[in-house]
Parts: sequence; structure tokens; C-alpha cells
Amino acid sequence: MDAISDTLDRPPDEVQEQLPRLALLHEWVVTVDHKRLGILYICTGLIFLLIAGVEASLIRFQLIVPENTLLSPQVFNRLFTMHGTTMVFFAGIPILFGFANYLVPLMIGARDLAFPRLNAFGFWLTLFGGLLLYFSYLAGDGLYGAGSAPDVGWFAYAPLTGRAFSRGNSTDYWNLAILVSGIGTIATSINLVATMLCMRCRGMTLGRMPLLVWMMLVVAGLTLVALPPLSAAQIMLLLDRFLGAHFFDTQAGGSAVLWQHFFWFFGHPEVYILAIPAFAFASEIIPVFSRKVIFGYPMMVAATVGIGFVSMGVWAHHMFAVGMGRIPDAFFAASTMLIAVPTGVKIFNWLGTIYGGRIRFATPMLFCTAFLFQFLCAGLTGIMLGVVPFDWQLTDSYFVVAHFHFVLVGAILFNIFAAIYYWFPKATGRMLSERLGRWHFWLLVVGFNLTFVTLHIAGILGMPRRIYTYPADRSWDLLNFVATLGVPLQAAAVLVFVINIIISLRRGQPAGDDPWDAWTLEWTTTSPPPPYNFDTLPAVRSRRPLWDLKHPNDPDWLHE
Amino acid sequence: MTSVLPVEPEAAAWDLPSRRRAGMVGLIIAEAALLGVFVVAYLFYLGKSLQGPYPKDVLEIPVLNTLCLLASSVTVARAVRALRQEDQRWAGVWFAVTILLGVAFLVGTAQEWYRLIVAHGLTISTNLFGTTFYALVGFHAFHVTMGLVMLTLLAVFTWLGELRSTHAEQAELVSWYWHFVDAVWIVVLTVVYIIGR
Repeated sequence: MDAISDTLDRPPDEVQEQLPRLALLHEWVVTVDHKRLGILYICTGLIFLLIAGVEASLIRFQLIVPENTLLSPQVFNRLFTMHGTTMVFFAGIPILFGFANYLVPLMIGARDLAFPRLNAFGFWLTLFGGLLLYFSYLAGDGLYGAGSAPDVGWFAYAPLTGRAFSRGNSTDYWNLAILVSGIGTIATSINLVATMLCMRCRGMTLGRMPLLVWMMLVVAGLTLVALPPLSAAQIMLLLDRFLGAHFFDTQAGGSAVLWQHFFWFFGHPEVYILAIPAFAFASEIIPVFSRKVIFGYPMMVAATVGIGFVSMGVWAHHMFAVGMGRIPDAFFAASTMLIAVPTGVKIFNWLGTIYGGRIRFATPMLFCTAFLFQFLCAGLTGIMLGVVPFDWQLTDSYFVVAHFHFVLVGAILFNIFAAIYYWFPKATGRMLSERLGRWHFWLLVVGFNLTFVTLHIAGILGMPRRIYTYPADRSWDLLNFVATLGVPLQAAAVLVFVINIIISLRRGQPAGDDPWDAWTLEWTTTSPPPPYNFDTLPAVRSRRPLWDLKHPNDPDWLHE
Repeated sequence: MTSVLPVEPEAAAWDLPSRRRAGMVGLIIAEAALLGVFVVAYLFYLGKSLQGPYPKDVLEIPVLNTLCLLASSVTVARAVRALRQEDQRWAGVWFAVTILLGVAFLVGTAQEWYRLIVAHGLTISTNLFGTTFYALVGFHAFHVTMGLVMLTLLAVFTWLGELRSTHAEQAELVSWYWHFVDAVWIVVLTVVYIIGR
């Protein structure tokens, strides 16, 4: 952290490196600056991403050959629970909200978020939520015995979470960790919405906001309506477990399916809470590296808002197999098909932006290009799973696992890396190495596809998810072996990434204010930006204020 | 390269909504989503208890409670208006009356729960009615308590002379929260005591 903060934290004019380490640490702990909190969010998320990645690797190595005895069934259950929970709540959300934190005020020409202290509160709740989850390894069984992590799966279906089936406190750690971090995420969402609506600089009308800001507005709004229901359901689960209530207790007439409804009412919008920021990165990066203005800005905004609304009406497509009846099945199948429309609009708009552009394949653009292909595959398998009979056949199989890893890794993680390569120069003042970036990209693209393309086939051949081992006569052996071969490649990619960060922080090429020749406001200020962001608050006349500044003879506002 | 970008003539008057208001609206939306799920759970489990006591046997419409809470919405509005007119004495009085009405509501709820628990043996673990009833009404009462904490702070600062007309917006936002708690009560009243009986 010291090495990072040395570089990150240097205001342009004064040298702060002489600060003793303790004072520097103190500064980072008490900070309310949106840029530092953004970096803290992203670093927290990346560390949890590494931990959950190690868990995923263990899962894959257990499955590399049939009848493997590397992990016991109990340990396997804990690993997939912790992997899923960590990735969604403590890697995905912190990294993406960290980017929103860092970028939104800079992009709308503001000096900070609307409520800086609330922002710090949100971050610390998220961090301590994550620590609480992992504390379960030490204390999960409470007074009953030694520690152990939760093992109920990341969606924690009833009645597995009932007192009778989940003794000790591991499920309570799962519950409270997500409840606590959820409150932090809701606080940050309120903060982001207030910032985007009320803190825009002069001339920054809604129609001129960068697409990233628009998409983060939809994400924050979606979080406000989708996350509290999960908190409510978790409070009900707490009441069930500690006060003997019967919300999800089927013995007393309670309903296990109600938990599924509540969970997925949060869970599906959550997919978009994670995916829309990835769309946002693509919508900023692809135009800059195609040297063209984004194709169809109003349609992009409309599609994002459309996805936001429709995503709240598709949750039960996770539940086709529970027997809801024909009419709900038909409704949710139709809404699932419907949401593919605005998503498809976006893909065409990105392609339209690239079409005829003068493309520069720098590392951010490489990741975004892979994102386009992989996200398309993810969307197509998503439509397949939206067809009810198809879903009945393949539900809870590795086909589903492969499908959503194409979304979460192939689309979201790839664009997170694109965003890190793109904005790292702004945050640190130094470029990441392009050469290592290419190694990172190609290792990840090959490793990822090796693992997850293969797992689609295993799923079609009937391999269920969440099994800790399998017999040798099911024709899954070779597929699992090949899928596991992708793991070392992806691990090597992540290693190259970490090395790249460490080397570039110390010896990276100085970035200057605007290394990519970009057009949004964050590139007008120094790299890294001063604590107050802008010497004088900017004023804008178009969607690309920096283009206007660089081309006074042909400004955008003449054409918009 | 930091530079002042050109100002558009028509943007001379650049007016955005207050961030405090946006923040409170955001909080209220999130809270509404939270409470909405408790309402859904109550409706979902209506009439599904495997054993008594049932709502129609034990619930009475809490008329006095409802009147207290509805009246408190009026008094808190009076308090904010007095504060805006720099009339701290009356603002303090109206805040105090609001707090008293809120406390009266909580006392009424406590009495109702005491009766249900002691006379009818209905606890959160008795049946689905108990589970959903105590969760929903209790969660609302918890929000009343949070509102009372905020109102008490406002009242104390008013009496100390620290809260002035410049703080009218902050006080008004607390009153928004209080109105929200009040509106939720109307939903709870309708669902639990009218439809649910």
C-alpha cells in the first residue's frame, strides 16, 4: 500500500513522499476524498478477486480427474459458496463502485461526491463486511466447535439455511457480512445519484453527460431498488435463525420458494448492476480507440434505462425448474427475450462506433474487443436459457456455470482490466507497460476460453454444477481436464498483471494529462488529479469538451 | 493543460437540485423497497398460518395510534414552517409536540404487543401470522424510533438556539422522512388491520 500511495498520492506541486509511513497510512484511513476512496475500493476488490480466484482454482483442480480426493465434499461446498459470494459482493461491487467513485466527479466536473463522509462510511462497511465473511473461517461454528466457512451456496436457498440444516454460525456470517456491505453499497448509491443529479458543472446537461456517468446513474438507481429487498430477506432469515420466526420454515407453513423470489428479485438486477459498469467502460474506451464519437448516444442512454427497468422483471427465469406454472414461466421467458433487445442495441452501437474508425489496438481496446465477442456469446447462451424447456434440460448444469462466467469474466472482468489499463495513467501519473499488457491479455483470453467454452459442452453432456467429484464413465473426464488446463494460463495472466502494476508504479513511463488523446473532463486535469480535482470548475458545451478545446475550429457543439 | 472551458451564454443561470434533497429522496426510495418486501411477505402469508391465533381473533384497529401519527405529520410541518420564519420558540414547541405524538404511537404499539403476547400468547414464533406481523409492524416501529432520534436532535438544537432559519432545508428533510414513516403506516394499517382482518 505504501508503494502505491507514494505514487498515487502525489499532488502535482508539493512532494509528499517524505511523509512517514504511519502518517501516510493515517491519511488513507481517515480520507474522505473520492479519488482515494475509489482507489481503496478498487484495491479491496482486487484483493478479494485474488482470494476468490484461488478458491476457483482449487475447485477446478478438484475436478481435473474423476474420483479426485484433493478436497473433501465439505471443503468443496465451502469453496464454491465463498467463491461466489466473494466475487459478487466483495470483488465485483467494490471494483465497479470504486470506478464510479473515482470517475464520476471527475467526468462531471465536480470536486467530490455529494456526501464525502457518507462515501467513506460506505467503503468501510464494504471492507468490514468482507472481513466478517472471511472471519467465519476462524469462528464459523461459533461455540459448537472449530471455525468453518458458510457452505450454503452464494444464493443460500431455504431450507438449507434453516437452523436444522445449518448448525453453528457459518450461515450467519454469510448473512451479516452481506447485510453490512449491502448497507454500505446502498449508501454509496444514494451518494452517486445525488452527485450525478446535483453536482454537474456548468453546461453539463443530462444530454451531455458522458455515457459512463449515465450508466452509473442507472446502476446506482437500480441498486437503490434491488439491494434493499435482499437486505429485507436477510433480516427475515436472521429472525428465522435467532428468534424462531417461520418466514422460510416449511415445517410451519413457510415457503422456501419465497426466499428464491426475494433473492432473485435482487439477484437478477445484480447481474446488471455488475454488467452495466462494464458496458460503461466499453462506451468510453471504444470511441477513444476508434477515434470516433460514440455511435447512437441517445439510443445508448435509452437502452441503458430500458435494461434498468426490464431487469427488474426477469428474476424468475432463475426459477423455471421450481414449478411456478405456465403463466409465470411464459411471462419470465418473454421478459428475458425482451431484455436481449436493448442489450443487442448496445452491441450494434459499439460495432457502429468501431466501423470505419481508425482503430488503435492498445491494451484497453484489446480487452474491449474480446469483451464484444465474449459478451455476445454470453448473451446468446442467455437467450437459450431463457427458453423454458431448454432451461429445464440444462438448469443447474455446467452449461449455466459456463454461461454466467462468460458474463462475469468474459464481459465484466475483461472490461475491468480494460478500465484499469485505461485510467491507471490518470490515477497514478504513469502508464502501464503495453508489452506486459499484451501478455496479460493473450494469456487471459486463451485461458478463459479454454476453461469456459469447454464447460459449456460438459454441461450439455449433463454434468451438474456443485458436485465435488464424478465417476469416470460419464465422458466428462477430458472436458474437465482441458477446462482445468485453462487455470494456469489465467493465473499466469493475473501474475503478469500484478507484475505490470508493481513495475509501472515505480518505473512506468510518465503519462501526462491526456495520454490517450481522449475527450472527457477527467483528462483536462493533472495525472494524478489534485485533491480538489480542478483549479477552476470547468464549463462544457458538448459531450466531448476536450474535443472542443483541441479543435476550436470544428467544435462538437456546432453539430450536436 | 488545466484550462477554463468556454462558457455557453445560455447556461449563465446554472441551477441544479439540492443534493441534500436528492440524498433524502434516495434514502426514502431504498427504505420503501425494504419495507415493500415485508409488506409482500405479509400479504403472501395471509391466511396461511397452520394454527391460531388468527388476525381476526386478536387484532383491533389502532385508531388512537393512527390519529397520533397522522397528527404528528401536521405538527412537524408546523415546526419547519416556524423555523423558516425564524420563530425558534414555536419551532421548539411543535418539534416537542411531534415527539410526544411519536412516543404516544410507540406506547400504543407496546400496549398492543403486550396484549397480544400475554393475553393471546402470540409471539414471533407462534405461527406465520406472528412471524409476519411482528416483523412488519416492528420494522415500522423501528423506523418511527429512528425518526424520533432525528426529531429529538432537531428539538434539542432548537432549544439551544443553534437551529436557525438557515437550517430550514435540513429540518424539512427530516420532516420528509417523518412523512414517509407516516405514509408507510397507512400502508401497514391497510394491509394488516383492514385487508388482513
